[in-house]
Amino acid sequence: MSQNQLLHIEDLVMHFNTTHGAVQAVDGVNFNLDTNRAVVILGESGCGKSSLAKAILRLLPRNVGTYSGRILLNDMDIMALSDEEFRQNVRWASISMVPQAAMNALNPVIRVGDQVSEPAIVHLGIDKKEALSLVRKMFQHVGVPEDFIERYPFELSGGMRQRVAIAMALVTSPALIILDEPTSALDVLTQANIFNVLKRIKKELGASFILITHDIATSSELADDVAVMYAGQIVEMSDAKRFFDEPLHPYSKKLMSSVPRLHGGKEPDFITGQPPSLIDLPKGCRFAARCPSRFEKCVEDPPTIEKDGRRVKCWLYS
Amino acid sequence: MATLRNSFKEMLRYPSAIIGSVIILLLVIVAIYTVIKIPYNTAINLWRGGEEVWYQNPKFAPPAWINFFSSKKLPVSFAVRTTDGTLNKIVTPGAQGTSTIDISYTFDFQYDDYPQEMLLYFTTQYAQKQPFVSIVWLTPDGRKIRVDDLGVSQKQTLRFSQDERLLQRLNGANPMQALFEDPKTHAIVKGKYQLQITGTTFEPGSDINAEFVFHGQVFGLAGTDQERRDLVLPLLWGAPIALAFGLVASLGTLVLTMIIAAIGTWYGGWVDELIQRITEVNLVLPFLSILVMVGTFYSRSLWVILGVTVLLSIFTGSIKSYRAIFLQVKESMYIEAARAYGASNFRIIFMYLIPRMIPLLIPGLVSSVPSFVFLEASLAVLGLGDPVLPTWGKIINDADTNGALYKGYYYWIMEPAALLMITGFGFAMLGFALDRIFNPRLRDM
Amino acid sequence: MVAATKIDEVKINNNKDNVLLSIDDLHVWFELRRFGFGHAGYVKAVDGVTFDVHRGETIAVVGESGCGKSSLMKTILGLYKPTKGEIIFDDKNLKDLDTKGMHWYHSHVGYVQQDPYGALPSFMNVKRILEEPLIIGGVKDKEERIQRIRKALEEVKMSPVDDFLPKYPHMLSGGQQQRVVIARAMIMEPKFLVADEPVSMLDASVRVEILKLLRGLQEVHHLSVIYITHDLSTVSYFSERIFVMYAGNLVEKAKVRQVLDTPLHPYTMALLTGTSEPDAKNADTYKEIPPGEPPSLVKPPPGCRFHPRCSKAIKGLCEIKEPPDFEPEPGHLVACWLYEK
Repeated sequence: MSQNQLLHIEDLVMHFNTTHGAVQAVDGVNFNLDTNRAVVILGESGCGKSSLAKAILRLLPRNVGTYSGRILLNDMDIMALSDEEFRQNVRWASISMVPQAAMNALNPVIRVGDQVSEPAIVHLGIDKKEALSLVRKMFQHVGVPEDFIERYPFELSGGMRQRVAIAMALVTSPALIILDEPTSALDVLTQANIFNVLKRIKKELGASFILITHDIATSSELADDVAVMYAGQIVEMSDAKRFFDEPLHPYSKKLMSSVPRLHGGKEPDFITGQPPSLIDLPKGCRFAARCPSRFEKCVEDPPTIEKDGRRVKCWLYS
Repeated sequence: MATLRNSFKEMLRYPSAIIGSVIILLLVIVAIYTVIKIPYNTAINLWRGGEEVWYQNPKFAPPAWINFFSSKKLPVSFAVRTTDGTLNKIVTPGAQGTSTIDISYTFDFQYDDYPQEMLLYFTTQYAQKQPFVSIVWLTPDGRKIRVDDLGVSQKQTLRFSQDERLLQRLNGANPMQALFEDPKTHAIVKGKYQLQITGTTFEPGSDINAEFVFHGQVFGLAGTDQERRDLVLPLLWGAPIALAFGLVASLGTLVLTMIIAAIGTWYGGWVDELIQRITEVNLVLPFLSILVMVGTFYSRSLWVILGVTVLLSIFTGSIKSYRAIFLQVKESMYIEAARAYGASNFRIIFMYLIPRMIPLLIPGLVSSVPSFVFLEASLAVLGLGDPVLPTWGKIINDADTNGALYKGYYYWIMEPAALLMITGFGFAMLGFALDRIFNPRLRDM
Repeated sequence: MVAATKIDEVKINNNKDNVLLSIDDLHVWFELRRFGFGHAGYVKAVDGVTFDVHRGETIAVVGESGCGKSSLMKTILGLYKPTKGEIIFDDKNLKDLDTKGMHWYHSHVGYVQQDPYGALPSFMNVKRILEEPLIIGGVKDKEERIQRIRKALEEVKMSPVDDFLPKYPHMLSGGQQQRVVIARAMIMEPKFLVADEPVSMLDASVRVEILKLLRGLQEVHHLSVIYITHDLSTVSYFSERIFVMYAGNLVEKAKVRQVLDTPLHPYTMALLTGTSEPDAKNADTYKEIPPGEPPSLVKPPPGCRFHPRCSKAIKGLCEIKEPPDFEPEPGHLVACWLYEK
């Protein structure tokens, strides 16, 4: 384990039960993240990426089934902590989250300044006045004017509200921030602004990020590492530079070639069919049904193969 | 719709839904059975009553099964008659066209209290000479009491407790007691009692028929009221009436409220404003008082009351909550698409807005049935119920008028009250379960 | 720069009888009521828009939320009435159409919406959904309706058709739902489609499929399409011309390649800068974007509406006078004082 390793996730599994069967949303996820690095979890809807975020933060749904694995945060196994210890020491103290559509999740009847100061008051044990001055600093980082502290969420635009949500995730100076689709509902310029903010925070505050998104193009704005998720598993993990130049896994390749480019060129690709249901997973490689390169070995579940510091879960590389 | 089947399956997961549905199903079965077994006109006639219909029953009699629960056994009523052979009759022809008719009945008296009354109804046939009867009472301990000797006309009734000669013979003692107790100890004598009637006819073709009615202290499955009516009739008939009133009122109100809310919301402007103002005024009007007024001054017919109820119930708070939902649904994308491909306002309201609403309204429909059922009962209790129909409310009303609770006739109130409660309970259970099933769908909006 | 001709008459098409839809100085203002009685100003969602759509052509209208593109689109669809200006479709002025006329218009314009699930009534199955426009459009024969429904579903590549007819929207995937929406828009064989962000709520891998489908339909039926989007990266695959919209005005109008390769208006340039491409180097650079946010449509800034955010604003001009359209190169119009000559 390197000096810089912040997060080590081993065999993380989270299933939850429904009337139709167990949804195997997170099915054996492994990855590492160093300090001051950003990893992007790339995947389409239904691959389990949002569930992964919740699994790391132990925000378990009521119908949770299997939940196991090891999560080491700075060498401390946070899976072994009790729920109360987890709440006090990990959630928002060390790891915070900007959930999907966070800008719509702000409490409409509380001023934004008060909302952002709440995690600080709870976790840092400071009083309201100190918390508000902390909030002012955070607002500076994210580019929200200071006097907005007095405002209510409805008085702010979507982009501003998203920045407030990011400020709320930052206020306790956590080591790791998880962002779930932070810009999917926002316009182009607002999106660019938010990523500028995230880049600045990464530089100024030294935080690490897990960015969950389906948008390959914007993910490159922040990514140091890329993990591609499909049907509850990580099928490729690589540093950003090599990934964007040349993805390895057939699914990653298809995803990359389906991105439309501003200046045209080759018509983008698309992938036929749909991802498998997380309840009724096929045996063997889960992408085989839609893979253009499948062959006989694919009826068996492929192992994760290391190749020059990159990891691919595909028989083509064995 | 396929969704109905899914909803049904989900319903089965909730015990409250199952209990509620079972209760409602039972009520419906009872209602259907009642309407078939005792058709409407028969029921009305029976309920109108009169001595000829109910004479066999005592008044204010609790149900017979009470004896299971008390150590003091109360005498059960019965009636036997010669015409169907339950009362033994032997005709012995005599000389010159006369005949002796022996009518006798033996019954086992094992009770701890006296009967209310005993009656003999004689029907005779003759041309000129009245037949003559002689009535004797035989007790288990061997006493023989002469009740009366009299000539009987074509229709003659003999009331044991009021018969003059019997009273004289018993020295003014209450015949109902005297006939059943030991003259010295005044303790009830249990055992086989026999009523012997020796009749004589003096003409050929002359005949005597008798009916012996024994008014015990308890009767039948449900007891009787002040007019000797068997309470089973209104208890059974109350079911279809309550269900019909509840369902029709509930459904009628729902449909009309929904349509009006939809129209108001869709057109907006003055239409919407008008409907809102009418609603607000209507909310202030006292609902029950108006019904009382209508009932007192206009008509107490169930249909009129139903109509006024529905009318007053349409413009209530529900309109505002439906309006809130409609306003939200109105902005839906699919409604916008419909306007874009040229759907008319009418079409949008009835084929796009309202179908969207129906699943959300079903729990409300079911839950509001009990309030209408209770409303009908309340009106009846207040004396404003339908004058001809046998309903649960009417039973309570009669009981109240006759001071049932003061006189200890608890069964009279408990039976209809229990049925009302069970009905309310059943619908409420189902309604709550449906609410839990259908409401998550609200988030689909 | 090529000598620009200041043009008052902004109809630039040279092929007048190829024009299907002509929008002339369109204004769509919504009144703001104060407490239901007083008048509190107008939301000037569309404030002077002029353009033509030719037969068989796709026009992309690009802009951020709040720029008025939705209101523009809904007015073209006939859902809102213009406050000022004309909409001329196939030589008929929409103002002159009565109810029957509007009915005819509605059946010639198809509408593809953004949210495929919301666009479909959840209580109707696919067959019913597709039948509705036919019934409203007056197709009385049941057999004919079924035929057309089948044909529409085949055209959007949903086969076997019989599998899909009885299904309800929640049983379909996002992509399939959107195909039904497209089928519904096409079923009356319209002359033109308005597609409002038709793929932004779909997964990345499905988007291209749907856009290709629309492209195919357009070619087969010689359809005109107004494609509204905020995602510039898709326009080069699916449009001939782009109109950039900002605060109720069209600030740049040109062929796709002209806009993407040589954007002229500062706002267009900002949009292009802000659009990301998958490139690891992005993580190391900040994007230069104009500060601030789009203005309120109730009280837009005087003069050029972009001037408060524009780094190239000309003092004394841009904040006072609204720029007209200039044509620095043929076929490329831009409303910006920088190109006055």
